[in-house]
Amino acid sequence: MQRSSEVKHEAIRISEIIAQNKQKKNVSNLFEKVIPTILFLLASITILTTLGILYTLLSQAIQFFRTVPIWEFFTGTVLKPLSQNSEFGILPLINGTLISTIIAMLVAGPIGLMSAIYLSEYASEKVRRVLKPLLEILAGIPTIVYGFFAFTFVTPLIRSIFPEVGATNILSPGLVMGVMIIPMIASLSEDAMTSVPNAMREGSLAMGATKLETTIKVVIPAAFSGIIASFVLGISRAIGETMIVTIASGSSKNFTFDITESMQTMTAYIVEVAGGEAAAGTTIYYSLYAVAITLFVFTLVMNLLARYISRKFREEY
Amino acid sequence: MKQFDETQLKNRMNSRVRNNRIWKFIFLLSTLFGLFVLAVLMIRVAIDGLGFLNMDFLTGRLSTNPDRAGIMGALLGTVWVMLVVIPVTLIIGVGTAIYLELYAKNGKFKSFIETNISNLAGVPSIVYGLLGLTVFVRLMDFGNVVLAGGLTLSLLVLPILIVSAQEALRAVPGHLSEASYGMGATKWQTIRRVILPAALPSILTGSILSLSRAIGETAPLTVLGIPALLIPFPEGLLDTFTALPMQIYYWTLDSSLVAEYANLAAATIIVLLALLFLLNSVAIFIRNKFQQRY
Repeated sequence: MQRSSEVKHEAIRISEIIAQNKQKKNVSNLFEKVIPTILFLLASITILTTLGILYTLLSQAIQFFRTVPIWEFFTGTVLKPLSQNSEFGILPLINGTLISTIIAMLVAGPIGLMSAIYLSEYASEKVRRVLKPLLEILAGIPTIVYGFFAFTFVTPLIRSIFPEVGATNILSPGLVMGVMIIPMIASLSEDAMTSVPNAMREGSLAMGATKLETTIKVVIPAAFSGIIASFVLGISRAIGETMIVTIASGSSKNFTFDITESMQTMTAYIVEVAGGEAAAGTTIYYSLYAVAITLFVFTLVMNLLARYISRKFREEY
Repeated sequence: MKQFDETQLKNRMNSRVRNNRIWKFIFLLSTLFGLFVLAVLMIRVAIDGLGFLNMDFLTGRLSTNPDRAGIMGALLGTVWVMLVVIPVTLIIGVGTAIYLELYAKNGKFKSFIETNISNLAGVPSIVYGLLGLTVFVRLMDFGNVVLAGGLTLSLLVLPILIVSAQEALRAVPGHLSEASYGMGATKWQTIRRVILPAALPSILTGSILSLSRAIGETAPLTVLGIPALLIPFPEGLLDTFTALPMQIYYWTLDSSLVAEYANLAAATIIVLLALLFLLNSVAIFIRNKFQQRY
């Protein structure tokens, strides 16, 4: 009699526990279902960002092309946004961008590649462990600091040797931009070269080749796609770089090839016009977006090209 | 019968070895070139700036008079922007990384998001500035306030943080989560109690590094129209502000008018670099101290 009531009591307790657990499980089931949705929404913010960029640039650029024909914009060699008979030709800006990029790559290309060769082929592990972090510091310095350096040190230095160079010119920011890009090319090229298997080096060395011959005839050809990709990324970086050229190259919109003169890049034009409080709705305000979309396409093509090269031409060992 | 000329062979060998040695030296010089420029830059900034760097400069208000000018406003502005960037990028960045690494199925959609993120990482920072100007400053009508600047910089560094958080999550070994599943834990319980804690040091390191990128960024702020005027110190998310890099920018530009502005810019650069150095040291400390090897 007493025993059966005890069993009954126990059974009630267990059924309570089961009910409680079920409730708990429902809560955690709810969590399991809601969390992935929340995370998915967070992940889609990156897609929203892309859409936002495209929408902003396109919608405002279309406004611009209503007043300035698209053909005139891309073939015009005169850029006079502020004058009475304003003219909007983007070629002076593209010219400035390309010239500063070429100067930067003439510095960063060879020096970056040779640094990569030293770090990957010649340097001992000890030396590498000191040099690499130091190069990374160079990559971590904000570009505004490089801009300051170009304007207050490199330009006066160049002018003390060649007095005919202007106080603002494209040469000095181009050179400093090159220094800024060295670590990027060095580390990407080095990655490409260190992933070449050692057996190939040893084969070459065993045949009697010197280290230099091995590097030039075996390692570099094997790592070529990675090296080219690093150059293309460097170019993309130079095209998008803003503060160095804005500070040190001035705002002359002349269409010239003289590197001792001031030239404006696409990025510097955006800073000048956006910072100049151009009233929203004016043609000059919309021109900002037309230039920006050109810049966006330039860098996007370069980035896609870099990815294509490193995927398509990679040699697998 | 003479098979080869020994002296000729020796000469050729010698010149090949010499070539190797010469080029090794040239490669070394190239590597040192970047470091040489770094040293010149640092020394130059130190010479220009150290004389102007004192307590009054750090705590003073902005002034057109170089002797009285201070950067308290810019420092506070940078701190306020950081207070926006840190939570926004951590929540969105880590959330996205968890979704991509642990929930999304391998396939078209996942690779679409990942391609999109790597493309975003290559977009010039000034384009983000235009996005911020159009969406945050004008469309949402925040004006050029802390919130608009912080959100713009958050979007800018988000791709970097997502990629590093993904790497951190991927580095957590599978047997930890398998043990957790084996004990009957659900997926979210496993993520929250096992995977995230294990990946936390790497995630923090990555987020500090992307934060230091945001602090030094200038171009988007110039587009947002961040002033360097005698504005009051920012006290909230909806106050106008200026930041350290903007201060450097304006002082550098005006250094052709007032020579001392170059010194003020250099002193501000020292403060900015010191801040970045501090952040990076913290990141390295966390990485060395808390990261576990499995």
